[in-house]
Amino acid sequence: MAQQSIDIQHAAKLARLQLSSSEVAEYQGQLGKVIDYMATLEAYDLGEVEPMAHAMPVFDVWREDVARSGFTAEEALLNAPRKAAGQFLVNRSVEDA
Amino acid sequence: MSIVDQSVAGLRRLLVSREISPGEVVRELAAEVRSRGEEVGAYLAFDEEAAVKLAEKADLSLPLGGVPVAVKDNINVKGDPCSCGSKMLAGGYVAPYDAGCMEQLRAAGVIPLGRTNMDEFAMGSSTENSALGVTRNPWDLSRVPGGSSGGSAAAVGAHLAIAALGSDTGGSIRQPAAFCGCVGLKPTYGRVSRYGLVAFASSLDQIGPMTKTVEDSALLLNHLCGKDGRDSTSLDEPVPDFTAVLGKSLKGLRAGLPKEYFIDGIDPAVRASVDAAVKVLEELGVEIEEISLPHTELAIATYYIVAPAEASTNLSRFDGVRYGYRAEGSGDLLEHYMASRAEGFGPEVKRRILLGTYVLSSGYYDAYYVKAQRARALIREDFTQAFKKVDFIVSPTTPELPFKLGALKDDPLSMYLADLFTIPPNLAGLPALSLPCGLVEEGGARLSVGLQLIGRALDESTLIQVAHAYEQSTPWHLEKPTR
Repeated sequence: MAQQSIDIQHAAKLARLQLSSSEVAEYQGQLGKVIDYMATLEAYDLGEVEPMAHAMPVFDVWREDVARSGFTAEEALLNAPRKAAGQFLVNRSVEDA
Repeated sequence: MSIVDQSVAGLRRLLVSREISPGEVVRELAAEVRSRGEEVGAYLAFDEEAAVKLAEKADLSLPLGGVPVAVKDNINVKGDPCSCGSKMLAGGYVAPYDAGCMEQLRAAGVIPLGRTNMDEFAMGSSTENSALGVTRNPWDLSRVPGGSSGGSAAAVGAHLAIAALGSDTGGSIRQPAAFCGCVGLKPTYGRVSRYGLVAFASSLDQIGPMTKTVEDSALLLNHLCGKDGRDSTSLDEPVPDFTAVLGKSLKGLRAGLPKEYFIDGIDPAVRASVDAAVKVLEELGVEIEEISLPHTELAIATYYIVAPAEASTNLSRFDGVRYGYRAEGSGDLLEHYMASRAEGFGPEVKRRILLGTYVLSSGYYDAYYVKAQRARALIREDFTQAFKKVDFIVSPTTPELPFKLGALKDDPLSMYLADLFTIPPNLAGLPALSLPCGLVEEGGARLSVGLQLIGRALDESTLIQVAHAYEQSTPWHLEKPTR
């Protein structure tokens, strides 16, 4: 793990986050220190250790393929910021032909 | 003793004997919140009338019938707002369903009462990251209550709630419990369903009780645990009666003191309180042994890779389309996502999303995320080895006393380092409990110190047994902040 300078603009783009120039500068410094601290892991030989994503065993959960009740369309749309005709409304993303 | 000073157990006795009614309890708590609640700022929402309606129908024959419980604002309670302390959800989001734990608590007779403040999306150690207001430490209003369950801890510590629910990803139940002088229990990962808990870091999050006494913690835990088919990580394990161990002798139990947790840098007053607590345990018949958890040093770096990585994926669902904040203005769909997330999320959430996205991104995934997963395995193995020698582990909950509001706000790394003792049990999935073990005079205020007990997986009972015996031998649970 070489010391890296975090590319905030690139990470923000991947994370779908718009940042102001002052935010970029602020996060650059703060996260740079955090990333430097991650070098703590360098002090240990971790190469042969099996990675562990979960503390407990995790299994796929299956259920019978039968109909069951869920949200109604009205309930699913209850918290939508914009809706019409039983659907979520978003900004236009396709040009007219 | 007034109603608001009651424990869950004490309140139940009064309710069952019909000395008070559930409606009176709700009204008394509401009056207290109106008169003293604003200075503490524990609650984001408090619907007295809705709770009174539930109270009037309360079935007192149920095990927790008529007991009001405050709920951290990241746990869904059907029909209630659920903001997660964020502008992203504060514009009127209403939970369309009950979390699994709420279904169980309602079945046991609990009345949900009040939504408590928290660090935004449970990210933080001070509740200063809430977008919706300040919560103060009830013992000293110039200090933080801890976080992220700071609202729940302050509500219980200030006697503005009989009990509360919190969530704990890296110490978010135990650290604020320590700062506010209450009992906070993080159960074994998978013991309590995470269905309906707004996810922060899915492999670490756990819901748990925050109470005035250890007995109350056991009473609530009895109705929080159990298999839930809607949560793939929910454990199908028997749930014991956690109250069965109350009053049992500690003779023959072995406690481990990890040398990596008793280091230079711990506040001397915290150290003195914890040393005194260890002596009490010894007098109660516990055999004390020094142990080593050699990879403790890796915990913070591991946590601040794993948790933000999981958070960055979990929070991708907040895009302003199906629910949550939506930025005004035109632009294409990508601009709409980016503007909505930029305006809806606060600084700490953005910091962690950026960090998580970075460590998962191409070229860095193996260097950071996979390496952290390997370190996590070593941390768990440390505990496995330790529990071959001892039955539970004792440590300070936090290395320092509650800090002043704003003291660490612009120094995230220092804030992160303060979680050193609470993070390892989350990485290993182990149960851990914090209870009061001292009050320290500083600057004219009395500040609470927490003692942490860490147990084997699924062995919450030993933690409750030890904590209860300690609590009954000391005065700390009888103390309360000066009004």
